[in-house]
Amino acid sequence: MAVAARAASLAREGWQGLRYRLEALTGAVLWALVVGFLLGTAVSSPENFAIGLVVGSVYALAALGLTLLYGVLRFAHFAHGDLMMLGGYLAYFALTGIVVGARRDTQLPAALESLPGATSRLGDLTFGYGLVLAALVSCAVLALLCIGLDRAIYRPLRQRRAGIVIFAVASLGVAIAARSLMLLVWGPNPRLYVEGVFPAHRFPFGVQLKSDQVFTLAVAVALAGLVYLLLFRTRLGKAMRAMADNPDLARVSGIATEGVVIRTWALGGALMAVAGVLLALQAQLNPQLGFVVLLPVFAGAILGGIGNPLGALLGALVVAVAQEASVGWELFGRQLDPTYKPGVAFVILIVMLLLRPRGLLGAKT
Amino acid sequence: MDSTTTKSVLEVMHLSAGYGEVLILNDVCLQVAEGEMVAVIGPNGAGKSTLMKANVGLVRPRSGRVLFMGEDIAGLPPEQVVARGICYVPQADNVFPSLTVQENLEMGAYLVRRGLQERLDRAFALFPELAARRRERAGRLSGGQRQMLALARAVVLEPRLLLLDEPSAGLAPRMVELVFAKVREINAAGVPVLMVEQNAREALKLAHRAYVLAMGQNRLEGPADELLTSEEVARVYLGE
Repeated sequence: MAVAARAASLAREGWQGLRYRLEALTGAVLWALVVGFLLGTAVSSPENFAIGLVVGSVYALAALGLTLLYGVLRFAHFAHGDLMMLGGYLAYFALTGIVVGARRDTQLPAALESLPGATSRLGDLTFGYGLVLAALVSCAVLALLCIGLDRAIYRPLRQRRAGIVIFAVASLGVAIAARSLMLLVWGPNPRLYVEGVFPAHRFPFGVQLKSDQVFTLAVAVALAGLVYLLLFRTRLGKAMRAMADNPDLARVSGIATEGVVIRTWALGGALMAVAGVLLALQAQLNPQLGFVVLLPVFAGAILGGIGNPLGALLGALVVAVAQEASVGWELFGRQLDPTYKPGVAFVILIVMLLLRPRGLLGAKT
Repeated sequence: MDSTTTKSVLEVMHLSAGYGEVLILNDVCLQVAEGEMVAVIGPNGAGKSTLMKANVGLVRPRSGRVLFMGEDIAGLPPEQVVARGICYVPQADNVFPSLTVQENLEMGAYLVRRGLQERLDRAFALFPELAARRRERAGRLSGGQRQMLALARAVVLEPRLLLLDEPSAGLAPRMVELVFAKVREINAAGVPVLMVEQNAREALKLAHRAYVLAMGQNRLEGPADELLTSEEVARVYLGE
């Protein structure tokens, strides 16, 4: 008996050792693929790579919020894309006071752009300080809205100990409500913060970027740095990471978890608003766009390892670069149509879920 | 130590608790006096872990009272139980793996905002082997080191009562000795300890008094050395 048991345990250890080594191998291969892909794209088509970085920095801010919410609350927040777009519209509303009317847009008498000099362009950017103020207003409103949604919807579900599917469906409901709200208030036609055509700057290696795109990159880097400091240097940030690790242990350590949840929503809402404004700067305001970007944002968060903030940044960049680079790819002798961009994100998502669900940097389990 | 003459720190009275429809604890009573180390032993599934969770508020008691320093804390949320000075070390998953050793201790001391550095220094003095690894992530520690960190995370708050759920679980015999020695040291410094253990013999050697729990109910109680030599305990729970 003892011999058999020992043999069984040895076999089990051997099997686990093998699995561990296999996983380390897929990890190494995936890392090599990711690094090779990024370098390859940077060398072969620097212009797509640069656009990918810009789009990726918008995705990264969204994925950062998504992954923090996942870590602390443990559910997939499907309303992330639509609330992000709502943040873009809220900034638009604060700036212009415009809502859609029966025949033509109606405009509120007072808005931020009526402040003196609010629309005169900041340096080479397309917008003035009015949009910066409007974005801050949108951050505050969206943070409060997220806290309100948590109190009204998610907290009762938490107290009922609802399963993750219930949470996911509830957040899908919020997503649809937010999209309908945007359609209702601002109509289906795309909108822009500032109308007009603005020339791009030429950088080395044929890279052309507009000032707004450089601004987007800079804002994303600065915010990611701030979030990093928050998570690793402050008491609140450490409590958020502790909750993501082990909620029960966090509670018996004296961490008031509901308070941490509120602050996480506030941070997530503010990040969504900034990402929404930057997305609208990069593309346009469009009620459907939020749901379209949700997929690559999720793919990025999962690629990096869901719940892992650094992973979210890296994963979002990789997905965005892949999407932009795919425009140049040839498949069956034909150039890949740009409408396949979401498909690229889907492929990355599926491959990661099959080969390495914990992602590049390791997910929270 | 006679618990009737000494002031009791913790008094569990007729406590019943469970999950959903299932009742795990049925009318359990126990006491912990100032400075005392009390062990709760019993077979697997006796309800030992549930007893701990009910005391700290992770499981809501169905009925009964949990008096801490004379105040009924039954049903309070965990963060308020900790605020009253009860620290708890769960059996498994008792550190934050992605946080560093020092961050784990900072989380243990979450409720104190002042004098954090002094507390950390005291904790590292008590657990010198952790001081050398303070920047290492807890997930990278060995099982024994992790258990030490779990203890350190709980005592950094300088608790008025320490609850330990199977501190020896899954450890090599040499590590069990080290962990128990540390528990004795903490208790000798005046911290009352309530410990549930599967490792009954070692627990009885360590504790002043002990309770034997079976099927969610009190079976026996008494001074630990008497239970250690009791025939009934030996036959049923020490596997002899």
